[in-house]
Amino acid sequence: MLTDLTIHELAARFRRGDVTPTQAAREYLDRIAALDPKVKAYLTVTGEAALARAAEADARFKSGAPLGPLDGVPLGVKDVFCTRGVRTTCGSKILEGFVPPYDATVVARLVRAGAVILGKLNMDEFAMGSSTENSAYFTTRNPWDLSRVPGGSSGGSAAAVAADLAAAALGTDTGGSIRQPAAFCGNVGLKPTYGRVSRFGLVAFASSLDQVGPLAKDVLDAALMLQAIAGHDPMDSTSAAIPVPDYTAELDRGVRGLRVGIPAEYFIEGLDAEVEAAVRAAIETLKGLGAKPESVSLPHTEYGLAAYYLIAPAECSSNLARYDGVKYGLRVPGARDLIDMYSRTRGAGFGAEVKRRVMLGSYALSAGYYDAYYGKAQKVRTLVQRDFQKAFERVDVIVAPTTPSAAFKMGEREDPLSMYLNDVFTIPVNLAGLPGLSVPAGFTKSGLPIGLQVIGKAFDEATLLRTAKAYEAATRWHEKKPRLAA
Amino acid sequence: MSGAYEVVIGLEVHAQLLTRTKMFCGCSTVFGAPPNTQTCPVCQAMPGTLPVINRRAVEFGIKTALAINCTVNADNRFARKHYYYPDMPKNYQISQYEEPLAEHGHLDIEVGGAARRIGIQRLHLEEDVGKLIHEGSLETAQSSQVDFNRAGVPLMEIVSQPDIRTSEEAGAYLRGLRAIVVYLGVCDGNMEEGSMRCDANISLRLHGGELGTKVEVKNMNSFRNVQHALEYEITRQTRALQTGERIVQETRLWDPDKAQTVSMRSKEFAHDYRYFPEPDLPPLSIEPALIERLGKSLPELPAARRQRFRDVYVLNAHDAAVATQSRALADYFEQAAKDSPNPKAIANWVLNEVLRVVPGDDEKAIKLCPIKPANLAGLVTLIEDGTISGKIAKDVFEKMYRSGEDARTIVLREGLTQVADAGALGAVVDGVLAEHAKVVEDYKAGKKAALGFLVGQVMKATAGKASPGVVNSLLAGKLSKL
Repeated sequence: MLTDLTIHELAARFRRGDVTPTQAAREYLDRIAALDPKVKAYLTVTGEAALARAAEADARFKSGAPLGPLDGVPLGVKDVFCTRGVRTTCGSKILEGFVPPYDATVVARLVRAGAVILGKLNMDEFAMGSSTENSAYFTTRNPWDLSRVPGGSSGGSAAAVAADLAAAALGTDTGGSIRQPAAFCGNVGLKPTYGRVSRFGLVAFASSLDQVGPLAKDVLDAALMLQAIAGHDPMDSTSAAIPVPDYTAELDRGVRGLRVGIPAEYFIEGLDAEVEAAVRAAIETLKGLGAKPESVSLPHTEYGLAAYYLIAPAECSSNLARYDGVKYGLRVPGARDLIDMYSRTRGAGFGAEVKRRVMLGSYALSAGYYDAYYGKAQKVRTLVQRDFQKAFERVDVIVAPTTPSAAFKMGEREDPLSMYLNDVFTIPVNLAGLPGLSVPAGFTKSGLPIGLQVIGKAFDEATLLRTAKAYEAATRWHEKKPRLAA
Repeated sequence: MSGAYEVVIGLEVHAQLLTRTKMFCGCSTVFGAPPNTQTCPVCQAMPGTLPVINRRAVEFGIKTALAINCTVNADNRFARKHYYYPDMPKNYQISQYEEPLAEHGHLDIEVGGAARRIGIQRLHLEEDVGKLIHEGSLETAQSSQVDFNRAGVPLMEIVSQPDIRTSEEAGAYLRGLRAIVVYLGVCDGNMEEGSMRCDANISLRLHGGELGTKVEVKNMNSFRNVQHALEYEITRQTRALQTGERIVQETRLWDPDKAQTVSMRSKEFAHDYRYFPEPDLPPLSIEPALIERLGKSLPELPAARRQRFRDVYVLNAHDAAVATQSRALADYFEQAAKDSPNPKAIANWVLNEVLRVVPGDDEKAIKLCPIKPANLAGLVTLIEDGTISGKIAKDVFEKMYRSGEDARTIVLREGLTQVADAGALGAVVDGVLAEHAKVVEDYKAGKKAALGFLVGQVMKATAGKASPGVVNSLLAGKLSKL
């Protein structure tokens, strides 16, 4: 089945000429029609546009002039990215009916590379959540066990890739929203260094934490996706003017001599035994491949969660202020006056978790509390950054669990605080602005995927990818697929 | 008039910058376009959009800061200022808070001959908001519309120290600030059109006592209105204090029709702006070389030019101020005066006649004035050398304005050359004296005004071309002999 293939395998077939992009797109669309009612990964399927793009790619391959490794490849895009002419909801009712007149920079880059966009993928509302249960539309299912969550907030993206409903997908990661669902769904999920990829057109949740990244079937695919989207954007003042290397050049270099840090603070009570076992086994595998594991300490790890849950809501309360019923999206009719219109619209348009964070964030920024909360949290953030800086003086990468457990059942984590604990290993990486990825590292006894997290130095995605590739080649966990019947 | 009380006034000025594009996006800033035609996803605050700093706006801010003697903070930051209102699409304004572009400056003013230095607390950059249009009145409107053309236009906010003590000083400060921004070409300083706005904070305190309760006054759309509003507030607050009434800390709007300030009746929430550093913009780090280059590029500022006009062209304080009200007018005057034997006369012509036909602060109109500076100088030369009288010169001036020609051409063509020949004039004078013997008698009887009549008759007989000086001395001579 063409839908089984990775991007690089598909691209090889396109180049050989025995498969056309239209055939691939058709197969993916058919599979979506058959299986997505069960998986519920897609909010919007753009079948017609996809086939039109695929036809254009067909012509390019026929004339021997493909655009590159992503030409004709069917991809899914998290519904947090603005796509011109295609409704964009961010998983929220408040953007009901919003059709952006512009593409996010990353979407434009993928389209310029010839990629075929299959549709917009489900997510926790405004990227706030770790299970996709906060979507205002429906909850996506984990393809490995349809009674369980795929993780979040990029749950739709992870589920689509795992269920072969897209060759790869774009997601975003603010506190773990690419890596955690990648771990839950058995994908490779990469969060690049803050500033590596443009945020223009990414609907903002927490401006100083949000980053765009791929969820893919294997490490090479993740590298190809990153290659297409990375790089400075004059429309995003926080994007880095640092040259983009060739991410595939050193991919197979291996890990001989690589110094691998094992952070003591990530192996805590509350870490599921099976997850710990898988991660420790992975470390042994890396050692067997010539890597040099050593213990490192990231002493401020335990404060990361609290700092994040002040900084992110604060920035979110500001970024979401614009959703007011005045300009676009939902406006609840029948208001008495301006304030009434604001409250009715935001009251009806935002879900419970979003409201919680807007309130928390407004409070953290309020006069008299700013120093104690937002200000203090930013200082803790600096301490977390320094932990990593110190550790990276001695090691090249850090390896840890991605999540404390495998995917949980829908409805199981109702207490918001217990939901927040899902991100305890991923959040410090966002606070520090560093690159991190999750690579499949095995399965629980009940067949649920487990992820291994690899964290790197700023703008050193190449080393992350090479580490993950070596591990992947030695273990081949990614070749296993969930059993999904139509 | 406040007597026992000292008036404490601080002024906050917002100046719209004359950049081509907005503060954080590439939309045009040109005034007067149809609603929502100069907008884009960024200034409409569509989801996912991000700001990008307008470099020219920063340069304009730095130049202004240097011109008002501020220290430029090479490291400064933008911050978000939050409140909900439909004319502000993001429901926060990107402004500057704890780390403004510049601080600690001053502006020297002169009121009634006394020089005063008004401290300037800070200068920072921010974005303007859009415009709300209400259907009907604020009380009865069923709907409002918002035009985002203005949203995102760069603004410079200049906050004075509360050093101003009278409404006249406030006027002088505003005029001084305006002259500077107009001179620099960073703002057109038009309060009526809103490209320059002023809010005031005013309180009264006993001399040597603690600061009183501050009242904010808004909606003053001209220098005169600022002065009137402040005068009203001084009276109001003085009366209140004298009768033991409490001054409420509030915002009041100036009502120019009723000539009073009115408390804002709308629900005034105590604004907590929840400021925090703008995470979408890295801190600005301005190279010292740029600050130096901008400093060197500053033109001669109004105050220095005023002083030079007083020293070099011997203008009095008032005339120097009027002549330097805009860079264009000052340039006009200097171009005319530099080659003239009588700069004082040039000044009189510029200040009295040229300013009648061209607004002194309208750069464009001055540049397009049909009477070029060299030609004005030519006109004055013709008066100086006796070719024409002052009265004829006024006529020639009108003709020069209408045709754009130089003075000499007009005078020669229309035969306006002054007659100063004593012989020719003597004959005319004799004729007038003979014709108006009765008036001569009146004059000799002591009626001095009769002389003016006789002079007038001579002028009439010569179609105005007689040299008044020669006529006067001839008449005086002949009358004394009669």
